[in-house]
Order: sequence, then C-alpha cells, then structure tokens
Amino acid sequence: MSNSTVVRVCMGPGGIAAGGKGVLDEFEKCLSEKNIQASVRENCSSHQVGCLGLCARDVLVEVHTNGAKTTYQYIKPDMVERIVTEHISGGQPVSEWLVDDAFSAFYKKQVKVVLSDVGKVDPEDIDAYVAAGGYESAREALTAGSPRDVIDEVKSSGLRGRGGAGFPTGLKWELGRAATGDIKYIICNADEGDPGAFMDRAVIEGNPHSVVEGMIIGAYAIGASKGYVYIRAEYPLAVERLKLALHQATDRGFLGKGIFGTSMDFDIEIKLGAGAFVCGEETALIASIEGQRGMPRPKPPFPVNKGLWQRPTVINNVETLANIPYIIRNGCAWYASYGTEKSKGTKVFALTGKIRNPGLIEVPMGITLREIIYEIGGGIENDKNLKAVQTGGPSGGCIPASMLDLNVDYDSLARAGSIVGSGGMIVLDEDDCMVNMAKYFVHFTQTESCGKCVPCRVGTKRLLEILTRITKGEGRTGDIELLERLSAGIKTASLCGLGQTAPNPVLSNIRYFRDEFIAHVRDKKCPAKVCREMLSYRIIEKFCRGCGACLRACPGGAITGEKKKPHVIDPGKCIRCGACFDVCKFKSVEKE
Amino acid sequence: MNKILHEILDAHRKKGGNIITLLQGTQEAFGYIPREAVAFFSEELNIAPSRFYGVATFYAQFRLKPIGRHKITACCGTACHVKGSDKIINGLKRELQLSAENDTTVDGEFTLEEVACLGTCSFAPVVLVNGSVRGKTSSDTVVKEIRALRKKEHE
Repeated sequence: MSNSTVVRVCMGPGGIAAGGKGVLDEFEKCLSEKNIQASVRENCSSHQVGCLGLCARDVLVEVHTNGAKTTYQYIKPDMVERIVTEHISGGQPVSEWLVDDAFSAFYKKQVKVVLSDVGKVDPEDIDAYVAAGGYESAREALTAGSPRDVIDEVKSSGLRGRGGAGFPTGLKWELGRAATGDIKYIICNADEGDPGAFMDRAVIEGNPHSVVEGMIIGAYAIGASKGYVYIRAEYPLAVERLKLALHQATDRGFLGKGIFGTSMDFDIEIKLGAGAFVCGEETALIASIEGQRGMPRPKPPFPVNKGLWQRPTVINNVETLANIPYIIRNGCAWYASYGTEKSKGTKVFALTGKIRNPGLIEVPMGITLREIIYEIGGGIENDKNLKAVQTGGPSGGCIPASMLDLNVDYDSLARAGSIVGSGGMIVLDEDDCMVNMAKYFVHFTQTESCGKCVPCRVGTKRLLEILTRITKGEGRTGDIELLERLSAGIKTASLCGLGQTAPNPVLSNIRYFRDEFIAHVRDKKCPAKVCREMLSYRIIEKFCRGCGACLRACPGGAITGEKKKPHVIDPGKCIRCGACFDVCKFKSVEKE
Repeated sequence: MNKILHEILDAHRKKGGNIITLLQGTQEAFGYIPREAVAFFSEELNIAPSRFYGVATFYAQFRLKPIGRHKITACCGTACHVKGSDKIINGLKRELQLSAENDTTVDGEFTLEEVACLGTCSFAPVVLVNGSVRGKTSSDTVVKEIRALRKKEHE
C-alpha cells in the first residue's frame, strides 16, 4: 500500500448536487488513460467530502498519497486532468485549488462521534466499516454481556434522544425491556421532516451500518426481534444505501436468525414514508407503518407498552442509534466526558442560512452559538449583521444576536424559548423579517396538521390568518396580544407534539422582536423590507443609466423608459416582485 | 393499464404490503393515482375506495392528477426560504401560467411541485429539474432552462 494513491470524491448530497459524479467519472477516465496506480473511489457519505461536511465548497476531493492527505475545493470535471497530471503523476499539488484556512477553522472546534467514520468508510462496503471496528460493539454486547449491561452503559453515558424531545435513551430502553409482549419492535425514526435539516440523511448516506449496528444493540437490550426503519421517500440515495447495508449485514450473519452465533433472531425492514411531517410523532409513525393515515392518538398507553400492532415498541431517532456503537466501543465515561452536566456527548447540526460556510457539523453539547457561527461557520455571509439563529425548526424558536454566548444544550435553549430539536440551525441576518419567519413556520405546521384535534387544526389556521394579515399591512390593534393568547391555548390543548409546539416560532419571535411586530401592525412597515405588500419600488433618477435591464426583467410591464434615459416604475402595475431590484447593477432601484 | 395493475396487485399479495405501499407502487408506475386503479384495488381487495382516498389525500407524496412530462421541484425548506425560494416559485408560476389550484401546465408539459425540504440546504435555494439538482439558483436560470426544454420539444 505504500505507493498507492487514493482519490476520494464527495458523493454526498452536496457533492452530487455540485456535480460529484462528473468529477468521479473524469478521475476514472484520466487515471485509466494515464495508467496510474491509483484507485479512484467514491468517498462515502452525505455532505462530506472526504466527509468534511463543508458542502458549500463542493465538489471536495481528497487525494491520499504516501500517507499524506491533500484536499481540493470547488472541483469541476475539467479541473481533474491537471490534478492527475501535476499532483498524482508529478507529485506537485495544484496549490491554487487547495482548501484555505477557513477550511481548518471549520473543523477545529468540532468533535466527531456519530460522524467519525462518515467520509472515511465507503458507505456501500460493509468491509470498510468492519475494518474500522464496525459491528464489534454489537458482537461484544451480544456475546459478552447482558441486556442489563447495555442499558446501564447507555444510561451512564447520559445519551438523550436526538430527534428533538431529548428523552434519556437508556431509560427508554429500560422501559422497553420491562414491557411484556409476545413480540417487541424497535423502530428507527428516519422521517426527517424538519425543513432546513439534513443530519439524518447525512448519517444514513454516509455510514448506514452504524445505524444498523445501533438497532441491533437496541434490539438486544429491549428484547426486540423485529426492527423497522421509517424513512422519507424524498431521500432516495439514503434508502438505497440502507437497503444495501441491510443485505450485506444479513449476508454476514449480523441480521437474521441466530445473529453473531447467539440465539437471538433479528430482522430489519424498511418502510417508506409518504410525506407527512406529523409522522415524526411516535403514534402517527406507527399508524403509518400499519398502512393508515398517520394520525396521532392520545398517550398513554405509550408505544413502549402498546405500539406497533399493539405490541411494545421502542422508537429511536437515527442519530441516537448511530451514537450507540461508539458509546459501547469507547465506554460511557468517554462519551459523558463531552457536553454539559445534563446534556452529554455531541450533537450534529445542519448549519445553513446566511452563513459563510454552511454545512454539516458535529459539536460537543454546551458549545456557544458564537463559536458555532463565527469560528466554525466563518461568520455571516456578505458581511451583514447577524439577527438571530433559528433552531428546532417549526417546533423551535429563535435566539437573538444579543444572546450569542448562550450554550447550546437542551436546558439552555429551552430557557431561551427554543429547543435543540433535531438539529437544524438556520442563521438569519438583518434582511430577514421575523414576522415573515413566524408566518413561514406556521404555514408549514398548518399545512402539516393532521386535522384530528381542534386546537391544532383550527388554531394554526387562525394563527396563519392573523400573521398573513399582519404581513399584508392589514394588522389590527391587539393582533399581537391575540397571537399570544391563541398560542397559549394551542400549546395547552393540542393532542400531540406538532400542535403543542406549533406556536413556538410565533411566541419566540414576539418575545425577542416585538418592535418588529409593532412596526408591521401600527406603522404598516416591514423594517427588514421583506413583506411584499408593504413595499414600494421606485427608480432613483440620478443613478439610472437607462440600460433597460429592469425593463426586460419586469414581468408585469410596469417599467417604461427610453434607452439611456432614466426609467420609471408605474406603481399601479407593479406587483412588487423585486425583479428590477435584483437585476439593477447601479443600485438605482430603491425599496421602501 | 390493467396489466400493470395486476402486476402491482400480485407483488402486493406476495410481499404482504398495505394501502400505502400499494399506492406507492401505483404512483411509481403511472406518476399519479388514477381513479381506475383505486376502483380496481377496491374491487379486488374488498376495501372501500374511501380508505384508499383517505390515505392518498393524507400524504403529500400522492397525487390524483396526472403529472407533466417535465417535473420541476422547488424546495421550500427554511434555508431555501431565507434565500428567496418565494421569488423563484412566483417566477416559475408566472412563466408556466399556473394558478393556485393547478400545478401542471395546460399542455401537460410541466409540473411544478413544492416540497418541504430536500436536505441540500447548503446549496439553497434549490430546484430540481427532472430530478437533478440546481443549487444556488434563481428564477431566471430555471426559466431559461424551461424555455430550452420547450424549444427542444418543438424541434
């Protein structure tokens, strides 16, 4: 192996989106033409090239020669030949395409547990995972210890559910173990429905075997003989890689009858979700696996006692399960050494929005928002000012820029009126309107409300109506207080988590940005200049060169003017789409 | 159509699926859930059509109207939203002359689908054109592509 060269091309969602397949094909072509001893292989995983997570710079390519790793960014197929000629054949890296300092800063504060093998092992090759120590934890748990040992280990690790609610995983397993039934189930919840979050997709696409192994260990702990993975149909690559992983694990005797030479039987089946956010709720998810409309039911009885087909069922999130093999392998004390007193370990976040380096990150619990945004994320895009960070998606809230030193853990975020949630972290800048954001999330939950209980079905509809009229400049005195009262009612009276948390984005945005709501309601102004109905566009005569770009871009025919002379917008015809504002190179279109 | 429906039903009986998997198979074959398919399954399996429609209308994945030859999927996830997915969607609707009720052009060439999140947030705003990703895109770019596809059709 000493002279071998390995090229790793990111083929995660980021890599594929940026054209990773073309880059990979080009490498294969160039290398075979030049007859070079190199293996071009697809680098596993999700966002990470070389599983680096910094998908904003895709396509990322890693070249490993003689034990040294070189990483290139923004690679396109036509750049490949030069890398092959100069670097792989000639031994001289192409310096101007290498990653810069921001790249190392992106990784410096991260701690990879769940993502530790993502990007290093080929997700489509079980041997690669096994060579990295994979399935050893399952083997050890099943052959050397009792289910009680596993539960104790997980309990001591302090691991809490990573799907959003943060219920202690060890305790859930203990309850599952204690439940009685002729058959028990373990379900992996991969119905990642939060808009703006892709952690689970990244884990399954990058290292599906870690999830399978986590499920095997969980099944052993609770005594389940059958497992399901409930996964979104919108993630075709994740589904494909998971299917492959299940086949490979079955061939190895890690799944099936008498696994790992013990008397335990365990099988896993994939169930495709059909696009309903509410199916992330446990009882709705169960109804969906049974083939029904995914509507939640009251609890108790809890799924752990009466779940799928009325049998005891434990449901864990993807990231939770993917943590398990590493906790068993390295011990609970190691895991608990990361994080805070009540939030142990690490958490994967999808860092997106107005941030310079968006991507997938894994950080120890308790890290500050400032470290995440300014050190890992490299600060705000286009040097704008940070306004807030939205966490927890439609069930969460925002943290204003003034609270940047807040620790990111379950309790601190809850005190600030938000939640850790599944891990979406969306950075908002001065150009984002907080009323519009609240409306966006309520629109989402209102559409996704299953309609079973009145507070959620009718309540979210009313919330949306009020927010819509506020953003249209038709807000009435007392609307803000009405939003607060209505929100309180929905939170208290809704049946499931969807309704109980749906008003959170509204309440948290009012809490921190009340002035902005007042500006909308009282002054009929949108300070961030987002809400269309309250805007007007006009061309500043002295800046306009009469280039005609706005005239061509205007879909409503509202702009007139002769060439090389200042143009004018007819406010009567203007639909306020902002096309002229976007195309004008001379900043002559003014938005108010 | 009948032959395909029989095949879907046989596979369903063999594998022991449920209404959701049956409808997923149907949509994969036809691009939507045709009325005839529900009538056929209802008859064969002795399950009321309302049960099928109950499931089909509950989940966002299922559509009851035929899909256009080209599918444009606009992501409405949070990251795309803050990066201006609204503008893209409005622009595309104008170009394709779609109304609130109709997501497919009159000539059946294009369907504009809005989805919650594609999980490619780092490239927001994202649009899929016939399944392949266009990242950091704009209304203009996608409109140009649509026009090119139209032109190709006419040739």
